[in-house]
Amino acid sequence: MALEEKQQHPGFYAILTMLIIMAVGPILMMLINSFKLDVDIISGTSGLLFMPTIQNYETALCDILPYEPEHLDFCALKFGGAFINSLIIALVSTLLTLVIGCMAAYALVRFRFMGRDTASATTLMVRMVPPAVLLVPVFGLWNNEFCIDKASWLGSLIRDNFGGRGDVCLAGTHSGIILIYVAMNLPFVIWILQSFIVQVPRQLEEAARMDGAGPFQVFFKVVLPLIKPGLAAAAIFTFRIAWNEYLLASALSDRDTKTVPILIVNNMSEFNVEWGVIMATGMLLAIPPIIFTLFASRQIITGMTAGAVKG
Amino acid sequence: MSTSTSFNRLTPYVFLAPAVVIMALALLYPLGYMIFGSFREWDPSQAMGESTYVGLKNYITLWNDPNFRESTFVTLKFAISVVTVEMFIGVGLALMLDRNLRGMSLLRTLFILPMMIAPVVVGLIWRYMYHPTLGIFNRGLKGVGLESVDWLGQHALLSVIIADIWQWTPFIFILALAALQSLPRSALEASRIDGATGWQQIIYIKLPLMMPVLIVTCLLRLIDAFKVLEVILVMTEGGPGLSTEILALRISRTATEFRELGVAAAMSNYLLMLLLFITVLMLVYNRVMEHRAARASRMIEESD
Repeated sequence: MALEEKQQHPGFYAILTMLIIMAVGPILMMLINSFKLDVDIISGTSGLLFMPTIQNYETALCDILPYEPEHLDFCALKFGGAFINSLIIALVSTLLTLVIGCMAAYALVRFRFMGRDTASATTLMVRMVPPAVLLVPVFGLWNNEFCIDKASWLGSLIRDNFGGRGDVCLAGTHSGIILIYVAMNLPFVIWILQSFIVQVPRQLEEAARMDGAGPFQVFFKVVLPLIKPGLAAAAIFTFRIAWNEYLLASALSDRDTKTVPILIVNNMSEFNVEWGVIMATGMLLAIPPIIFTLFASRQIITGMTAGAVKG
Repeated sequence: MSTSTSFNRLTPYVFLAPAVVIMALALLYPLGYMIFGSFREWDPSQAMGESTYVGLKNYITLWNDPNFRESTFVTLKFAISVVTVEMFIGVGLALMLDRNLRGMSLLRTLFILPMMIAPVVVGLIWRYMYHPTLGIFNRGLKGVGLESVDWLGQHALLSVIIADIWQWTPFIFILALAALQSLPRSALEASRIDGATGWQQIIYIKLPLMMPVLIVTCLLRLIDAFKVLEVILVMTEGGPGLSTEILALRISRTATEFRELGVAAAMSNYLLMLLLFITVLMLVYNRVMEHRAARASRMIEESD
């Protein structure tokens, strides 16, 4: 190995460096700009010479800061609330998708039963459905069909306690967005986890069964611990989609359940873009996926290759 | 041991039930609902029952609508150019970087960063970089004394394509690299002993052996290219004119701005049929190639 390394042409390292700059440069630029005042961004003469400030982050998070930032008279951007919404939605849907997807993958791999091939094929086919295709039906269903009549006892209970008019519908609630995210991610998670469950030695499961473990005990105590890398990969991919998604969330959320991507898009379409603040919000949205990538890149790459190659 | 915890014929169904219920409720039912709705004149304020049945009207209107055709054309142009360029660069990089390098895992980590961050953020970064006066490209051009370019105006589609290439080439690179590193060493050794040059190895051994993985990768990427929406929405909002209005964006605009859910549903259906067609085509091609390879290897065995 040492020999081969010596043989590399210096030009090779130059290309490598350039590639790294190309891949990471734009993200670094956003990070740097998020610490600049708009004046510094617009003058732009000094790329790295500026006074770093956290003012942009203060503006973005003004609604959850314990103190009032001096430069603001009015907290217009309710970014903190959206951040919390995003967290709730992403975490809950990731957890649900993992548990449900894992069980389904286990059933598809380990049991021969009627309808197995149909289930398998359907999982594959729905993977190609773009979110945009789901937009119209989900909007219609979540607003008009998946509702509890306000005259029924449960509906009137919710209306009395939480206020609002009309029937109690899924649209505009966290659970409405979570439901569609879980459904959207399930095919992918099932697909990835299947390739990991196949590798679990059957003898282990049979031994546990001999010792008197029921199907759920076998699943939770024997199979799950063995496919942890697969679970990590699946979790990251699910979280990434739920955390980053814009279109369906924008159709389903109301004033109180807006997620971060929606806020960013809304602020981008305004005429006068405040670049510093926007970059700060973008950075806040990008930080969780970046952290995952830095700490679990091996799992991500395993998951990606498992999803594509072993299918 | 009680019967409820022992293995029986119902066990697989118990494990499968939650997934089936959720997918039926939130994927299959909506898809059926969409197909049903595409035959109706349907306003967002109406429930499905209040809308009127109009037969194939939505489909025919769309078929004759020049804007819809333009959108379809833009979508195809975007998807095909993005996937082609990404395949070439990604596989090329993988062939080039398939060596024992120290720090390879760090390199891969840095490469996958662009595809992990939110499309909305990617759009935001690139919109800033393409900015007519603030952006790095025009500042660079000005620095060397060239005319500035109206990136998101005149060259909107190209600019959007470049952004997507930046974000997704690493995906192809990672998968191609994984495929390369799992190639049988014996075949490569044998060819080296026979005196094959580096290029000959690539063309006659590495690429053909990688082909099955590359086809799957290409298919996955192509399907994803039709899902792109946020990046373009943030960068250009489909404009100027219709130059970057891909189908996904047009569907969402028809539904939210023009408030014609029936038409949007029909459009979604066209997009779905297009994707289905591509998927089936690729799978059939894959199956044929596998079949041919199997027959070839059988003939070799028989001739021995």
